[in-house]
Amino acid sequence: MRVLMFGWEFPPHIAGGLGTACEGIVKGLAYNGVETLFVMPSASGDEDQTATTIINASDVAVDTISESTEEYLEKVKFIHVGSNMIPYVGVDDFQNVVEEERRRQVKDFSIQYGQKYKFSGKYGTNLMEEVARYALVGGTIAMQHKDEFDVIHAHDWLTYLAGIAAKQLTGKPLVVQVHATSYDRGDEKHIDTRVLDIETKGMLAADRVVTVSDLTRNIVINKYGIDPAKVVTVHNAVDFSGKQNITVERGVQDKVVTFLGRITFQKGPEYFIEAAAKVLKRTKNVRFVMAGSGDMMNRCIRMVARMGISDKFHFTGFLRGMDVQKMFALSDVYVMPSVSEPFGISPLEAMRTNVPSVISKQSGAAEVLKYAFKVDFWDVDAMADDIYALLQYPALAKFSACEGLDEVNALKWNGATAKLKKVYESVVK
Amino acid sequence: MKKNICLYFHVHQPTRLRLYRFFDIGKDSHYYDDFANRTILHRIAQKCYLPMNELLLEAIKASKGAFKVSFSVTGSAIEQFDRYAPEVLDSFKALADTGCVEFVCETYNHSLASLASPAEFRHQVLKQKDTIQKYFGVEPKAFRNTELIYSDAIGKEVYDLGFKTILTEGAKHILGWKSPDYVYSNPLQPKLKLLLRNYVLSDDIAFRFADHGFDADTFVGWLKQTEGDVINLFMDYETFGEHQSANTGIFDFMKALPGKVLADKELTFATPSEIARKCKSVGELPVPEPISWADEERDTSAWLGNELQQDAFNKIYALTEQLSILDQPNLWNDFGHLQESDHLYYMCTKFFSDGEIHKRFNPYDTPYEAFINFMNVLSDFAIRVENAMSEK
Repeated sequence: MRVLMFGWEFPPHIAGGLGTACEGIVKGLAYNGVETLFVMPSASGDEDQTATTIINASDVAVDTISESTEEYLEKVKFIHVGSNMIPYVGVDDFQNVVEEERRRQVKDFSIQYGQKYKFSGKYGTNLMEEVARYALVGGTIAMQHKDEFDVIHAHDWLTYLAGIAAKQLTGKPLVVQVHATSYDRGDEKHIDTRVLDIETKGMLAADRVVTVSDLTRNIVINKYGIDPAKVVTVHNAVDFSGKQNITVERGVQDKVVTFLGRITFQKGPEYFIEAAAKVLKRTKNVRFVMAGSGDMMNRCIRMVARMGISDKFHFTGFLRGMDVQKMFALSDVYVMPSVSEPFGISPLEAMRTNVPSVISKQSGAAEVLKYAFKVDFWDVDAMADDIYALLQYPALAKFSACEGLDEVNALKWNGATAKLKKVYESVVK
Repeated sequence: MKKNICLYFHVHQPTRLRLYRFFDIGKDSHYYDDFANRTILHRIAQKCYLPMNELLLEAIKASKGAFKVSFSVTGSAIEQFDRYAPEVLDSFKALADTGCVEFVCETYNHSLASLASPAEFRHQVLKQKDTIQKYFGVEPKAFRNTELIYSDAIGKEVYDLGFKTILTEGAKHILGWKSPDYVYSNPLQPKLKLLLRNYVLSDDIAFRFADHGFDADTFVGWLKQTEGDVINLFMDYETFGEHQSANTGIFDFMKALPGKVLADKELTFATPSEIARKCKSVGELPVPEPISWADEERDTSAWLGNELQQDAFNKIYALTEQLSILDQPNLWNDFGHLQESDHLYYMCTKFFSDGEIHKRFNPYDTPYEAFINFMNVLSDFAIRVENAMSEK
């Protein structure tokens, strides 16, 4: 079995969790005897290629244009005009971004065949343009490597158009994997319809849709109207090899309860603050930490001040590198109150560090973690109860941490990718 | 009677905090950005304090003692002079020795203690009084509260601490039709005399000098147009050479001003306590809610206007009682520095009319960063207080 895989990023240079998951997947597939050609928009050359062969889309000129794709390319071309899809940008930057985009678009936009295009491979303001160009290059790559793969696998909407182009040109089956949906990124009224459109196209064109949790599978079926028969859940796994447990000297004697992630609507930071205020009413020897940054950060700081708990509630800002490990090592309880989380790898990292977790039922991770405490994201009373119990009853915390560690260690990519291999086999004739 | 011109300059430098992270809490109890504090102090000493002190000293000598000014120098600033630029203290001492310079008392750490805790307010005022006596050899008789914050109740407290004169803002919403150019008294304690800042003429120098570029003759003309017994020109000392740079001609203006004023038959210079002795109160001025000289509102909203500031303020003053019980010098020291109103000022979220001025003095990019950093430092301090309490 050989796979042409379209990704957006790959370690070591990653902005989100997608790259990390892709690395786990290609390694797991290699273990299961599946070869992969991994295409990404902008490779820097220092990626680990032991498990896969990486193709850098920035090195490939668009030259293979067949009749059948002409029409498709017209559509692709249509998508990017006037786009300024901006993920993770706060209100303050918005003005600048729009202004910058307007100036850029004054230059006539045209796709030039026979030329290479330097992708940024990031999530910038010209993301839509890059997605469209990626589809063109993706089609070319698929034709160049036509005889080297049996199935196409595309990760998330950024790569769906490339996947569709590859399928149309080569006739090989397409599997798309949904790591997150538009419905997870914001509330329904503020969904970017262009992204939604690409997502729907990709899922409809695919022979199989793989979701990272049953939660996401339900969204794919109910919100995108995809035939349940072709949607398969393959839960994420984690690869902690190479990561060391660090020990840190504690500065504060109080117990520490941590939230770690982007401070955005999706992650439910306000529920964490409300639960914190409730716990602080009952016990004094505890501190809460919100690590990360995001468009709701200032609002959260004001909320904490308004509730009068800022002497016990700390913000660290965005944490880099070892500081993340350090933060986990300093924690006694980890909380992930996400409103909607396709999977959510962070509680797994916490449990690996022997930190018991309280996670929202609205997360994919809740489906695989037996020994994490699960609450509805809006049920701040239950959240406070669980945090309080883990702080006050050491036996409970110890049990949860211990069992959680075993559980996390059992979630291997080798197992997850064996399931993925079966999915490939079901579509390859 | 000649019209009294009261020149009063406020000298203060905040003890700026270093970047203090969550991971530092409980491990590292050095809170200050020594490099920034030293660098900034050196710069302002060269641009403002030293040349201006020299200018004033010469003017006093030239006028044979007819030219008079007054100062308040915060304890926080004196500590920094002592550490980084002792020559500045010498030059203030030389001014004090002329007998033509009055030193006005205030809170040692430029704090908002008057709004939080009478005990802590008293503690800081007495500490400042001792400090002025120690460094400048004079006993302060007049008082100015941090940022000219004043209310009837604060005035009474100040009188009870032994001061007969207090400086505050001639805020329009308090004065109404009345003029700031007379001496008023406190309704709760009629013996306490109020000197009110003439903010129009003061701000002509402090904020508008560079834009309007008037000379000393013009300014004397404006002074003569006012009706009243006194004209209180109160401003930050850093106006000279720092806020208004030397190339605006501000030093030339100040060099010329004393001579022009003294040459006029209707005008003379006086210090706050002299004015209080010479002039009778024209009536009581009720100030039920605190006023200040800051921003358009002339109230306390620059430091306590949003929930971040209020929470930080409540959290620090919640420690007051424990500090008194412990009575340890090193804790008092940090407690004082953390009370500096500047830390709260950096958390201000007013961005419209006065945003520019707030920005000018702010080492942080956003009020939120200022808040996070301050609260991290305060958390460490609270842990030290708690530990000291449990050892006791």
